[in-house]
Amino acid sequence: MAARTVPTTTELVRQSLRGRRFSPGGVVFELGLLLMLLLALLILVTLLADILAGALPVFRERGVVDFVTSPLSLNGETAGVSSAIMGSVALTVIVALVSFPIGIGAAVYLEEYAPDNRVTRFIDTNIRNLAGVPSIVYGLLGLAVVVGLVDVIGLGGPGTTSGRNVVTAGLTMSILVLPIVIITAAEALRAVPSAIREAGFGVGATRWEVIRHHVLPSAAPGILTGTILTLARAFGETAPLLLIGVATGFFSAGAGASVVDQLTGKYTALPVVVFSWSRQPTEGFQDHLAPAAIVVLLAVLFTANAAAILLRNRYERKW
Amino acid sequence: MDRATSAEPVADHEGVVAAAPARNGLTRRVELRERAAAAPADREVVFDVSDLSVWYGSFRAIRDIELTVGKHEITAFIGPSGCGKSTLLRCFNRMNDLIDTARVEGSVRYHGVDLYGDDVDPVEVRRRIGMVFQKPNPFPKSIYDNIAFGPKIAGYEGDMDDIVERSLRRAALWDEVEDKLKDSALALSGGQQQRLCIARAIATDPDVLLMDEPASALDPIATLRIEELMYELKEDYTIVIVTHNMQQAARVSDRTAFFTVDVGDDGQRTGVLVELDETGKIFTNPNQRQTEDYITGRFG
Repeated sequence: MAARTVPTTTELVRQSLRGRRFSPGGVVFELGLLLMLLLALLILVTLLADILAGALPVFRERGVVDFVTSPLSLNGETAGVSSAIMGSVALTVIVALVSFPIGIGAAVYLEEYAPDNRVTRFIDTNIRNLAGVPSIVYGLLGLAVVVGLVDVIGLGGPGTTSGRNVVTAGLTMSILVLPIVIITAAEALRAVPSAIREAGFGVGATRWEVIRHHVLPSAAPGILTGTILTLARAFGETAPLLLIGVATGFFSAGAGASVVDQLTGKYTALPVVVFSWSRQPTEGFQDHLAPAAIVVLLAVLFTANAAAILLRNRYERKW
Repeated sequence: MDRATSAEPVADHEGVVAAAPARNGLTRRVELRERAAAAPADREVVFDVSDLSVWYGSFRAIRDIELTVGKHEITAFIGPSGCGKSTLLRCFNRMNDLIDTARVEGSVRYHGVDLYGDDVDPVEVRRRIGMVFQKPNPFPKSIYDNIAFGPKIAGYEGDMDDIVERSLRRAALWDEVEDKLKDSALALSGGQQQRLCIARAIATDPDVLLMDEPASALDPIATLRIEELMYELKEDYTIVIVTHNMQQAARVSDRTAFFTVDVGDDGQRTGVLVELDETGKIFTNPNQRQTEDYITGRFG
């Protein structure tokens, strides 16, 4: 054909919009990122697999129920974690009872009442700093102050316990998690839109009525989620407990003892059992029983995390 | 309220919607309003503001405001952004108290009583002077609880169902929510939420309604409904409305206050009142050149 075909507009646009097919740099970068993700996952999976493999013989031979209902023992055939679970639960309950009212109260004051000035900001910053203090330091505090304090107020318990009991552990752990409770509760309160507060004040509510009827109910799911995670932290924390003297961890008051005796007597907690079993030279402890205790510990923590996520999704508010 | 009186503003609004260009509609509207709202000389004053300045820290947001608001009038505050009209409105029910750095100087007399006097409780002030906010802000609770909260904390002991129904009817929302009072208020549309907020504000039986750009987040139809509602409510309430929409001010208000930003020698921007007059006068024959420039769109 003689006349050259003039390209149509569509053709021109199509040509100009055609991208470069292949960008080697981009592909390499993407693969590199993928590799790092896989590496991180691999480490976690290996860890879990190793623990599960170690724990499997215990669960297979004795069953999960037998392991979690048997008391501590020096005999690898019969040792279980029931007293450790009970100790950890008692500890967690004490932490909840002590740290939640104090922590949530402090957070409500900081967010809703305190004027926004330099002192408030200084306090706020330092609460964040406290949340980052290593747990061993809180253990030292517990050893230096709480142990003696508990003994002085008459909850020291019998004989050699003298303050090294679950009450002390619970109080020490409460101090440890307090900054975290305050921070998470304050964040949940801050997430409540100020329009809700204005609406409350606008119809003639007092500050207390606005907080009681609108701010706290709106912040409750967030506070709850945060506090569940905080409890999980207390449940799994080990270092302070080692310092304030549960490292022996083999004794617990018998089933027939009164509540006071249970609380003031010797006790043990799940992470401490993991620690002491993993140093126990007796056959079976290091290889199988310690991993089995770890599996129980992880199961509790994962359940707590799942509960927190469920709660958050269920009550998540659309403003 | 009977049919005859409520029908009038509806017709008015339709006139505005149909009228094009807007300027003609505006002029026609203003003439109507002037006839409808010729204020009697012996008008009762609800708010008497004198020498009022508000600071946020060292920033002076408004300066030397002098104005009065009459009973059962709709007073509109207009002016460019940052001229302090919302700040002034929030002095009327002491909402500025909620901002730590805010400081008020001068006086706001409410029926002769200085709202910033020593023995005045801001909570009591807000029970008598209700507020509707820019963005609809229902509580994340049921429609019923939204209305019932105000009367409940005020210690009302009568029939709560009755108050809820009356407030919702008054806010022209009853027919739409009658059978879902227990549903979440957040499920309502934006316009319905704003009418719910109006119902919530009148449930405590206030004397004054403050409205801070109540229709700025709403579509034109919902806006129209809010304006109709204001027109009906002025029978019983004194209304002060802040608006960015000059046609809205022209449509609903009896008197209009025009504010502007005054830039001082040191670059400080402060809101000042330029003039306050009958709405008709402000929009057709203002005293100040600045007002005329603003309403004709030459500035702002």
